[in-house]
Amino acid sequence: MKALRRTLTTCATALLLGPLGLTALAGEATPMADNPVVEARLIAISEELRCLVCQNESLAGSRAELAEDLRREVRKLIQDGKSDTEIKDYLVARYGDFVLYRPPVKPTTWLLWFGPFALLAGAVAGLVAYLRRRASRVQPAHLSAADKASAEALLADTPPRPKDPA
Amino acid sequence: MKRFLIPLGLFLVLVVFLAIGLNRDPHEVPSPLVGKPAPAFSVEKLAEPGKTFSPTDMQGQVWLLNVWASWCVSCRAEHPLLVAFSRQGGLPIVGLNYKEVRGDGGIDAKKLSPADEASLTRQRAGAWLSQHGDPYTLSVLDMDGRVGIDYGVYGVPETYLIDKKGVIRFKQIGPITPDALEKKILPLARQLATES
Amino acid sequence: MIPEIGSFALVLALLVALVQGSLPLIGAQRGIPAWIALARPASSMLFLLIAVAFGCLTASFINNDFSVVYVAQHSNSRLPLEYRISGVWGGHEGSLLLWVLMLSLWSLAVAAFSRSLPDDMVARVQGVLGLVAAGFILFILLTSSPFERLLPGAEDGRDLNPLLQDPGLIFHPPMLYMGYVGFSVAFAFAIAALLSGRLDAAWARWSRPWTTAAWIFLTLGIGLGSIWAYYELGWGGWWFWDPVENASFLPWLVGTALIHSLAVTEKRGSFKNWTVLLAIGAFSLSLLGTFLVRSGVLSSVHAFASDPKRGIFILVFLAVVVGSSLTLFAWRAPKVSLGGAFALMSRETLLLINNVLLLSAAGAVLLGTLYPLVIDALNLGKLSVGPPYFNAVFTPLMVPLLFLMAVGPVARWKHTSLAEIARPLRWAFGIAVAAGVSIPFFYGGWSGSVALGMGLAIWIVGASVLQILARTRSGLPPRAFWGMHLAHMGVAVTVVGIVMVTQYESERDVRMAPGDTVKTGGYQIRFLGVEGISGPNYNAARGNLELLKDGQLVMPLHPEKRKYLSSAMPMTEAFIDPGLTRDIYVSLGDPLEGGDGAWSVRVYYKPFVSWIWGGAVLMALGGLLAASDRRYRLKSTAARAGKLAAQGAAS
Repeated sequence: MKALRRTLTTCATALLLGPLGLTALAGEATPMADNPVVEARLIAISEELRCLVCQNESLAGSRAELAEDLRREVRKLIQDGKSDTEIKDYLVARYGDFVLYRPPVKPTTWLLWFGPFALLAGAVAGLVAYLRRRASRVQPAHLSAADKASAEALLADTPPRPKDPA
Repeated sequence: MKRFLIPLGLFLVLVVFLAIGLNRDPHEVPSPLVGKPAPAFSVEKLAEPGKTFSPTDMQGQVWLLNVWASWCVSCRAEHPLLVAFSRQGGLPIVGLNYKEVRGDGGIDAKKLSPADEASLTRQRAGAWLSQHGDPYTLSVLDMDGRVGIDYGVYGVPETYLIDKKGVIRFKQIGPITPDALEKKILPLARQLATES
Repeated sequence: MIPEIGSFALVLALLVALVQGSLPLIGAQRGIPAWIALARPASSMLFLLIAVAFGCLTASFINNDFSVVYVAQHSNSRLPLEYRISGVWGGHEGSLLLWVLMLSLWSLAVAAFSRSLPDDMVARVQGVLGLVAAGFILFILLTSSPFERLLPGAEDGRDLNPLLQDPGLIFHPPMLYMGYVGFSVAFAFAIAALLSGRLDAAWARWSRPWTTAAWIFLTLGIGLGSIWAYYELGWGGWWFWDPVENASFLPWLVGTALIHSLAVTEKRGSFKNWTVLLAIGAFSLSLLGTFLVRSGVLSSVHAFASDPKRGIFILVFLAVVVGSSLTLFAWRAPKVSLGGAFALMSRETLLLINNVLLLSAAGAVLLGTLYPLVIDALNLGKLSVGPPYFNAVFTPLMVPLLFLMAVGPVARWKHTSLAEIARPLRWAFGIAVAAGVSIPFFYGGWSGSVALGMGLAIWIVGASVLQILARTRSGLPPRAFWGMHLAHMGVAVTVVGIVMVTQYESERDVRMAPGDTVKTGGYQIRFLGVEGISGPNYNAARGNLELLKDGQLVMPLHPEKRKYLSSAMPMTEAFIDPGLTRDIYVSLGDPLEGGDGAWSVRVYYKPFVSWIWGGAVLMALGGLLAASDRRYRLKSTAARAGKLAAQGAAS
């Protein structure tokens, strides 16, 4: 996020100030943002918004012109005392839900938001049903002596001893 | 044993969606403004410095708002169609010249005074129109892109069809193609013209 | 001439792949030994021909042959040699050729390391790999030939995208593709088992090391991609939930589930259908990823220039390969036996729960990735599914998985009891709770997510350490045992990195004139100035900064802002001082007005970020130990017996 500095300096004054600035201002670096509190909120909000030009970047990260314009707009809205929801609504009114990286919960996104947990619940239920049915169908195995020996070896997590001591 | 067919069924559903997805453009963002009143603005006209234009000036007419800029490559592709269309005189077209100087990238507009920016904008936009033809009933200047934000512009060119009551009825994203003009914009405009 | 040789080699490769994909399969089905015997030589031939084609493309890049369209688009005479070589896979066509090269390499490896397998099994596996290869070679020849000529040739190339001019390009795609493509072997084993009807523990034992090998490459490939994004994009993000990242993460999640389910199938003969389905699933998701990246249906940073013809081809190919595999599955699966019995409380059940959680997580990622497409296809509008969604949904699914990760290895096969699990873990649990709760206090402020994450990480490591101690008392455990615990601890290390950097990273965006200093995480950074330098194909502004601790110089920092001659976009080359417990990450912004030589500089303090990738390395090492376990190398006796039995049956 580039804080926009509106002070305009001509080349001549810049040259004059140059050497002075170097000695006089050396010290603690100043934050780029005019108002770090506003800037922090701007970052927090714009990280959840999608840039419309470089569509794989967030509004916070994009260097596109429009992103910069929109960040300026959002900064202004923050300064006007708007809430995060109002700011997001402002952008949704113009660009639609597409700008929101966190899709709003509504009927068309219920599947998206609850699907994974419904899937998990369904899978766990299916698992329990499967295990029950399986327990009733599997015959207890008849073990030969050799089977038993190899099964015990497997249980102990070691490979069956090779015949040759390689 | 039907349950072993479930994976195949799910996969086939997925393939159907992927096939439909192949014919869609993931980058195109439909406008939520369609069906809503065109956002109000008041900006200077290109031809008459000091005089402003507002969408309410077009009340009672069906019209097109076309967003353009001289640095926009696709605008040039679209332009001959607009010029030819304007000669037929079907619909008034208002040109919204969008960030003429700032959008260019070559010039640092922050170093320009507002007056310098306005005159540079007029000079460049005017030169472009006299070179490529002027299809616009009038053109207005959105130098800082504020109007563009209210209209949800995210690329140039974009075109809005606005009805007599000032409601946006259609948005063309990207250049207007002959196909879009014939099949979408004109039939809708004709229908809107009959509405009171 | 060289490109034409490459093209010709590719046509021959298609013919060989078709032979490999048909005769051995038919031979195995009908019992024709001569056709079965074709499998191994065909795979060698296939590899040779594709290597020739690949070599020809590489030669065209090295020779700056700009009469080849692909070279002209992705190289430049000023491009350094290492990027001219890796530029071969810097675009769609060449990366596809790399895909096929990797596939034929895996096929060759199966031929070489499967001497102890029954010949008909090898023939079927090679046949399936041959068919997959044939599909991809056909795809290259029909839609994406990298050998197409440009007449007249270009004066100079358009240059490789500056973002790709990085060592990351040399290592990341080959690793990732080895992983992606490697799951084709597990897939081929699964299909071979379904075709032959021999879906048993021996099958699981054969395919297990191959699956683990592919998983190792995929783990490293994803990790490398993450590191690359971290230092290249200039602000230190390491995971974006971009569709293409998700496309590589999906096979990883399913592959991880597959590794665990193969363990049950190998040791207990259970879950055979499920394991086969996962093997089909892991490779299908690799193919789906290929479709998503190369068809343009989703917008992504990584997406190649899209061409609808390509999308249609891959979709048809995907539908044929996956559709026929799942049909085969539906036909054969009902006849498969269930395997050994086990109690509700057993390692088998815990591994099933592991699978359920991993697949739910994969389902969430798949859903989030494809949801915008589905909504658009149903004409319900456009929406975006981004990092906030994935973080919100993925994390809750990972928490129980991490918790059970410590429990699983303690549980016995067949039957276990709560007391049996709880007793050895009670110390680990106590320490994890205590440490989880207290660590955030020591480290920059209370945070529930850090407490949970650190607690889970310590829980996993503690459980592993306790089990290793208990187990080593009775002699040296096998490599597989070490591998499992190392991989589990790797996950814990990655979790530490993720929670710490997410919660405690700090960022300062400052204006720095020469002499100015800025504090970050107990260090001071002093800005000295910026100088102009020129690289082979770019000019750059190079910042001179110093990292100081208590006034003492730790190291000079040189972030750059590069402008490549071929591209207008400036590139930010961040400078990182990596460390075990923190990275200092500095990136240079823009020169500022004021005439005092000031620049905007961004300084990030990233605690424990390197643990994210350190964990991935441990996981890969764990995989390596597990895949090289003695029982896979000494399977000769059992396998020979199986082979004899198979020959007996065939004759």
